[in-house]
Amino acid sequence: MTEKNLIKGQTGDWEVVIGLEVHAQVIAKAKLFSGADTSFGAEPNEQVSLVDAAMPGMLPVINKKALEQAVRTGLGIKAQINRFSVFDRKNYFYPDLPQGYQISQFSDPIVGEGEIIIDMEDGESRTVGITRIHLEQDAGKSVHDMDPRSTYVDLNRSGVTLMEIVSEPDLRSADEAAAYLTKLRAILRYLGTCDGNMEQGSMRCDANISVRKPGGDLGTRCEIKNVNSIRFAAQAIEYEARRQIEVIEGGGTIDQETRLFDANKGVTRSMRSKEEAHDYRYFPDPDLLPVNLSEEFVEEIRASLPELPDEKKDRFVAEFGLSAYDADVLVAERAIAEYFEEAADGQDAKTVANWVTSDLFGYLNKEGLEITDSPVAAKQLGALVGLISDSTISGRIARDVFAEMCASGKDPADIVEEKGLKQVSDSGELEGIVDEVIAKGAAQVEQYKSGNEKIIGWFVGQVMQATKGRANPQMVNEILRKKLAG
Amino acid sequence: MAALTELTLAEAKEGLAKGEFSSKEITETYIAAIESARDLNAFVSETPERALADAEASDKRRAVGEAGALDGLPIAIKDLFCTKGVKSTASSHMLEEFVPPYESTVTSQMVDAGMVMLGKTNLDEFAMGSSNETSYFGPVVNPWKRKSDDQPLVPGGSSGGSAAAVAARLCLAATGTDTGGSIRQPASFCGIVGMKPTYGRCSRWGIVAFASSLDQAGPMARTVQDAAILLQSMVGFDPKDTTSAELPVPDFQAVLGQDIKGMKIGIPSEYRIEGTDPEILALWDQGIKWLQDAGAEAVEVSLARTKYALPAYYIIAPAEASSNLARYDGMRYGLRVDGETLADVYENTRGEGFGSEVRRRILMGTYVLSVGYYDAYYIKAQKVRKLIADEFSAAFEQVDAILTPTVPSAAFAHGEKSDDLLGMYLNDVMTVPASLAGLPGISVPAGLSSDGLPLGLQLITKAFDEETLFRVASVLEQSAGFTARPDGGA
Repeated sequence: MTEKNLIKGQTGDWEVVIGLEVHAQVIAKAKLFSGADTSFGAEPNEQVSLVDAAMPGMLPVINKKALEQAVRTGLGIKAQINRFSVFDRKNYFYPDLPQGYQISQFSDPIVGEGEIIIDMEDGESRTVGITRIHLEQDAGKSVHDMDPRSTYVDLNRSGVTLMEIVSEPDLRSADEAAAYLTKLRAILRYLGTCDGNMEQGSMRCDANISVRKPGGDLGTRCEIKNVNSIRFAAQAIEYEARRQIEVIEGGGTIDQETRLFDANKGVTRSMRSKEEAHDYRYFPDPDLLPVNLSEEFVEEIRASLPELPDEKKDRFVAEFGLSAYDADVLVAERAIAEYFEEAADGQDAKTVANWVTSDLFGYLNKEGLEITDSPVAAKQLGALVGLISDSTISGRIARDVFAEMCASGKDPADIVEEKGLKQVSDSGELEGIVDEVIAKGAAQVEQYKSGNEKIIGWFVGQVMQATKGRANPQMVNEILRKKLAG
Repeated sequence: MAALTELTLAEAKEGLAKGEFSSKEITETYIAAIESARDLNAFVSETPERALADAEASDKRRAVGEAGALDGLPIAIKDLFCTKGVKSTASSHMLEEFVPPYESTVTSQMVDAGMVMLGKTNLDEFAMGSSNETSYFGPVVNPWKRKSDDQPLVPGGSSGGSAAAVAARLCLAATGTDTGGSIRQPASFCGIVGMKPTYGRCSRWGIVAFASSLDQAGPMARTVQDAAILLQSMVGFDPKDTTSAELPVPDFQAVLGQDIKGMKIGIPSEYRIEGTDPEILALWDQGIKWLQDAGAEAVEVSLARTKYALPAYYIIAPAEASSNLARYDGMRYGLRVDGETLADVYENTRGEGFGSEVRRRILMGTYVLSVGYYDAYYIKAQKVRKLIADEFSAAFEQVDAILTPTVPSAAFAHGEKSDDLLGMYLNDVMTVPASLAGLPGISVPAGLSSDGLPLGLQLITKAFDEETLFRVASVLEQSAGFTARPDGGA
């Protein structure tokens, strides 16, 4: 734990203790226990099977793909895979819960303990423990805004597969929680087990938060339910920690309760107290046999795992000589890492990394584009770096070429050819131009000779102006120094 | 030729095959029989138009040589099976108007085999009961009467409508479901054969659930052979029910008539339960003798935990039921009784929709699953269940089948046990152990009480050994020579 994570209260420093439960919608064509479709954006109640609507006599049948995705996720966080697991019923009444129970996993989840390494902005890394991952059905959606007096229910989501990924209470600040969620989302996307689109609700988070004096006993926790963005999670934690500190410092005590985050006002609000908490009456679902996974099933999935962010980062540092920071940025998303590797193929990787993280990201951010929508293909960016490396164009001209690539999608070589942007590296030609510039700038020559070496920039500028920026800057420098010294 | 309703299912099947009569003829005869026996209240829904259409279609199939295993045979379906386009009520106000858009796997296999569906039979509400008195549609009347009085008797439950209909010759055979004895006990009360297969033999898909780990469909018929024929079309692996068994299905009829010489029949003394009618114990002794006379050896087996079966059952079954019946909330189908708040809608709907026995079991089930009671009740009951299953396994290392009475008493009068809950639950005491262990069991009518009521004996075998069950049952049936009829004929 680092000092900077502590929150200052009136009675001294406080430490916040956070554990997160992430509900991740599993990528699968069908629901957890029915064959109904799961794509986003269908009309209400278009994706509801007899099982999802809990018609009399309907029975759940486990979707093998869901098991596979949970195991894949478990392996991705280096977790223990439980070859024996059990589905339980969690009983409660709600109109969007057709069965009157949610099929979930209680005592015997499919994935046990694992870990996720988070990288903070200051370069520090921390390991966050994962308690478990279990599979469960999503509920439907209650729609309250269609009629002033009635609530409608959309069961499209009813029965969709969720993984609940539960962390240990290892997080110590809102920033760490945000870093954890970002890293977890990256891993899920790398694995292809969840698309991580929080705004569409395919990843949601519950945060358990308590505060204590550094090194003291754990405080009473409150649970903030259903936060649907990383930014909101950080805001909710920040607010909730300060609220708890204020209550305790004001002589009060924290009641264990469930709270909701109001994103508009940036505050958390009490939803129900511990006394009002449901007794879910968990018991093994008698409609489903326990899940027994074979070793081959698990090993087959292990063998098909992609390279994950941590390994990829290490490889980028070792193989390409990138800084840890650059490598982190590039591996944060699988699509970016893949773009980078394609662009860097046969090129100077460090230069490519700079182009990706500065110019390309700058352009994409400005235009609000994802890397997968980039008008500049990875190979084209690599070719641009190639033109710089072999001195066909200068870095400065390259920026103009890049802008043109963004606008037209053309290959950099074609743009250089069409616009005559090829660098002037002919020493005879350059020497002539340099001579002219020196002849025009008697005063500047005088300054240079009297020790103002910075004035050389003026000469370079003149040469560039004369060549419309195409002069090879390195050669211009060399020729200038030689002639001015002469 | 005897009246068509006097034929067994096997005889009717043969008659149809030989062209002695058409499916339409026998179906019309049964429709008339049902109409003239409405005072029994055996049916929740009669489906005569459907039956005649089925029969005509069957006659056409037969004419072109495409008859299936049940082709043209008029059969009744317990109203716990969902039948496409036909009201499926579970005898509950909750589902009084429910018409499913799907057909249960078991009945769809029977439809594929060509059956003629006569209608849906009455049952205890959601199959919870042992007397058919909990039905929202009123009690079923047992076609049998005591010699000593004229009081209407219960047919047993929960498959009481099916049992009464088979006994009163209102159908050739019927389907039932058995959770703790719901096929075997009414079969015993009505003097017919009722068979519960191994848990997993029949798909539960499309059968309104009572207790998922116990519910099992099975045949109810007038002979062991008829039960075997009907069962053949009911069983089989169903990918839509993961608890159904992916095992080959034997030919159940093939073993009928085979002798039982050298077989070992287990006799568990623990079934000499206090309060059992002495006539029933005597019949049991007679049954043992019949099997010995047929060449089997009677072997004492110990099923010492039998006395814990009933309490364990009345924890596990209500626990599952409390959860299974949560879906009846008035939101999507079935009864809805509005109210001011959401909680009101739930309370009004479920308060009015469920009868008192169903509400009682939901309350019991909710209680035993609650925090603080779960370990003491539910977990302990599951442990008992495992011990009972182990005890049966041990017994079946020594014996091929076990013989017991089916029920400790003969049929009782309407209202006689309404205020005696434990007495009512005790009806299941001899059938529940096999249910908990998931084993196949059959009740065969074996004799009459001194008051003229039928009494059954139960056979139990190890899991998925229905062949031995039918083989021994067939011998028992022959030895008993039960020919008595509810109307006093023979």
